[in-house]
Amino acid sequence: MRIVIVRRIAQVFFLLLFLWFCVASTFGAKWWQLRGWPVNWFLELDPLVTVGTILSTHTIYRGLLWSLVTVVLTIIFGRFFCGWVCPFGTLHQFFGYLGMRGRRMKERRAAHQYRKAQLIKYYVLILFLVMAALPIGSSVSLQTGLLDPIPLIQRSVNLALLPIVESVSRPLSAAPRQYEGTLIIGGIFLTALLLNFVIPRFYCRIICPLGALFGLLSRYSVWRIGRVNMECTHCELCETACEGACEPGDKIHISECLLCFNCVDNRCHKKYIGYRAEESISGENTAPDLGRRGVLVALAASAMAVPMIRLNGGLASNWHHKLVRPPGSLTESEFLERCIKCGQCIRICPTNVIVPASIEGGFEQLWTPVLNFRIGTSGCQLNCTACGHICPVAAIRPITLKQKLGLDEFAEAGPIRIGAAFVDRGRCLPWAMDTPCIVCQENCPVTPKAIYLKEFYNTVRFGALKVTKVTGNDVEVFGEYLTPGRYATGDYFLARADGGAAHPCIRIVSNTGTGFTLTEAPQFKPGEHIDLQVKLQAPCVDITRCIGCGVCEHECPVSGLRAIRVSAENETRNTKNSLTLERNRV
Amino acid sequence: MHHSDETAIDTLRQLNRRKFMLRLAKAGGAIVAAGGLAYLFHDPKGPDARPPQSKSAPIELPDYSAAQAGKKMAVARGADRAQTLNSALKALGGIEAFIKKGDCVLLKVNAAFASPPILSATTHPEVVREMVKLCFQAGASEVRVTDNSINDPDSCFRLSGIAEATEQSGGTLFLPNQRYFKPFTLENAALIRQWPLLYTPLHGVNKLIGIAPVKDHHRAGASMTMKNWYGLLGGRRNIFHQDINTIIAELAMMVKPTLVILDGTTAMMTNGPTGGATSDLKQTNTMIVSTDQVAADAFGATLLGRQISDLPYIGKAASAGCGVSDYQSLKPIEVS
Repeated sequence: MRIVIVRRIAQVFFLLLFLWFCVASTFGAKWWQLRGWPVNWFLELDPLVTVGTILSTHTIYRGLLWSLVTVVLTIIFGRFFCGWVCPFGTLHQFFGYLGMRGRRMKERRAAHQYRKAQLIKYYVLILFLVMAALPIGSSVSLQTGLLDPIPLIQRSVNLALLPIVESVSRPLSAAPRQYEGTLIIGGIFLTALLLNFVIPRFYCRIICPLGALFGLLSRYSVWRIGRVNMECTHCELCETACEGACEPGDKIHISECLLCFNCVDNRCHKKYIGYRAEESISGENTAPDLGRRGVLVALAASAMAVPMIRLNGGLASNWHHKLVRPPGSLTESEFLERCIKCGQCIRICPTNVIVPASIEGGFEQLWTPVLNFRIGTSGCQLNCTACGHICPVAAIRPITLKQKLGLDEFAEAGPIRIGAAFVDRGRCLPWAMDTPCIVCQENCPVTPKAIYLKEFYNTVRFGALKVTKVTGNDVEVFGEYLTPGRYATGDYFLARADGGAAHPCIRIVSNTGTGFTLTEAPQFKPGEHIDLQVKLQAPCVDITRCIGCGVCEHECPVSGLRAIRVSAENETRNTKNSLTLERNRV
Repeated sequence: MHHSDETAIDTLRQLNRRKFMLRLAKAGGAIVAAGGLAYLFHDPKGPDARPPQSKSAPIELPDYSAAQAGKKMAVARGADRAQTLNSALKALGGIEAFIKKGDCVLLKVNAAFASPPILSATTHPEVVREMVKLCFQAGASEVRVTDNSINDPDSCFRLSGIAEATEQSGGTLFLPNQRYFKPFTLENAALIRQWPLLYTPLHGVNKLIGIAPVKDHHRAGASMTMKNWYGLLGGRRNIFHQDINTIIAELAMMVKPTLVILDGTTAMMTNGPTGGATSDLKQTNTMIVSTDQVAADAFGATLLGRQISDLPYIGKAASAGCGVSDYQSLKPIEVS
């Protein structure tokens, strides 16, 4: 079989496998849902994730060791990952193919020629690696996930493509997914694909920092593409379909070669091009021509990046209260050393409460997971730890349920708090509007409930009344301004205006425009002043019990700006943000 | 290019009369089309200020009570749910008195929270399993199980054990999704008007059985069989908490069930309706089966140590003709 056919089969296979893992990253018990499928495998094969986290944390977490396989194979064979495995690369190749259809040889040759712009990706790589490595000021920042192709396509499929498919077909999860900021995620993805119509494999050749890393690794590759002998007619056929734009017929750019084998295949009918251990007859560019000055300038500029971002005080006094992170998340600075913005936790979350952050919380936090309690089917579920178990980089630690709930050996540490709920008394129905509600208290899953109630009777507006007549359980009052039936809900009472515990309220059963029927006969006398009262239960948050799960915020019937809202205060992971005194005692 | 060639091309390019008439005709057609479309779409009044009304045919909920069943109630004591359920049903004439051959039955359970059965915040799976089995024994053609959960539905049905119990006993699980809801208006109701109702699982059903645990509830006083119908509502149903007694009474008016089963084997005494600890629970060893939901709840209140006067919705539902609050008048059959 021709080698390009084998390559195409491999590309289609890995693309389908990748898409399958995205679908399987669905919470549930069915065979196609998360049931031991290695859904992080592509992220783990990606050495940029590993190199980035080695620099930022000096560790290789769990399955990231898989990337060693990729590294070793790249050192031996060259950039096989780009040409054979990368699902994003396969899409680019396909779109590039569409763009090239019907073009003349000359145009093809021009489209696939080497460009100086291909050096940009090395600067992108330098920028990200310096940001991840150089601890200037507080700590480092891993931002590879912004442009690393595997997290990028994972995020785009998880947060843009699948939700669109789900919104028109049968949802894979209970309800169609909603995410804030998906337009930009999906927009970048589509733009990257459409750029193939300008230059084939635009992203791979010019932007991709992973490709740059592979480019550097392939410098000493054992086998490589090259001219076999001098009897070449310079027909340039070999360069009319070159995916990497590495100019194999000329002095080949080894670091740009994607091993697509289009040149070796039937392009060169005389077989002047081969894949072998010997150097190309026409010479080689083994490394990208960055130049010492270019590298030094890039290093210096990159060193400024993290301090510049952090001038907003986002890791200090200006930390953003909306950055409520999934349970098990590391302290914010450590979190930013690991998170690659792949969106796996966001996709696996059964309630859709985790969403990608906008830049509101800070540029560094873009697309990292935060909780939005207005979106989704419920708040953060008490008995769920799915996000930490799927996280490929342990930005969210894989906690146990006992750890999350603070049971047994974790009893002393207590439950993990992701934030705290605050009642907005100006919007809350019982507090602000004399209207019974307490949906938040009812739904609080903590035991004993973190939301407790203050019970009291409040005289309603225009509720100061004067008795005209009492017959049995019926009371007539002066005037005629009561809405019939309005006070028949079981929540309204009549009480003597002089008040006091000695004069208990009596519940109203029904009312007309001028009078009430009560559950028992009152001792009111004609001419006496009475109060029409509503019995209220007003919610208060016990800060020592609230875990910030946000079920209350999700359920609050004040549907716009909720009357009870969770913010990241008092979260366990950032002790600096503690609210109560005993929290500071470790 | 030669000068003469250019002249020739210019001549060719020149407009002749024929071409001009053709172009005029096309332009005229386009103008007429534009005018016609504008006429067709012109709306001089603008949109109505009222919210759009549902155009689909109004849905109705039939009376699900079994013919000649009457109002009755049985109370069985014991810790074994399957056993107490069976003996209470037997006292009412057996499941055959309610479920006939070929019936399509819906069991409305309480699967509001993602909580394990041991915490009694949801309908116990043992009751579901036994009830599905009994309905099939009586000849039911289909037994459905549903609820519009508060927490994530999948987690609720899994964790509560109801999904497994349903699937193993051959029942059909209806996990709620948005397409299942249709606007419903209850006649003479103040609150349930054009409100989304969990309709798809109800469609085609001719017997409806409510199965609810006995639970503490801060707003309503207690959550039992009538409050359990809350799970048939969709939308932002939480706003009804402002008038909890009226909404529960309206739910009782809306649903005329074949049976209600109030499982008071373990009652949630405090921290309801979510619970969360076994210390919130009390072993009350009582299974109530009744054709009268008001009477069942009135009896259930005694398990929680609440007075009927503490639960205004019972009185409201009774006045609306949904049942009797004086459960003794039904002469409940006690089995032990």
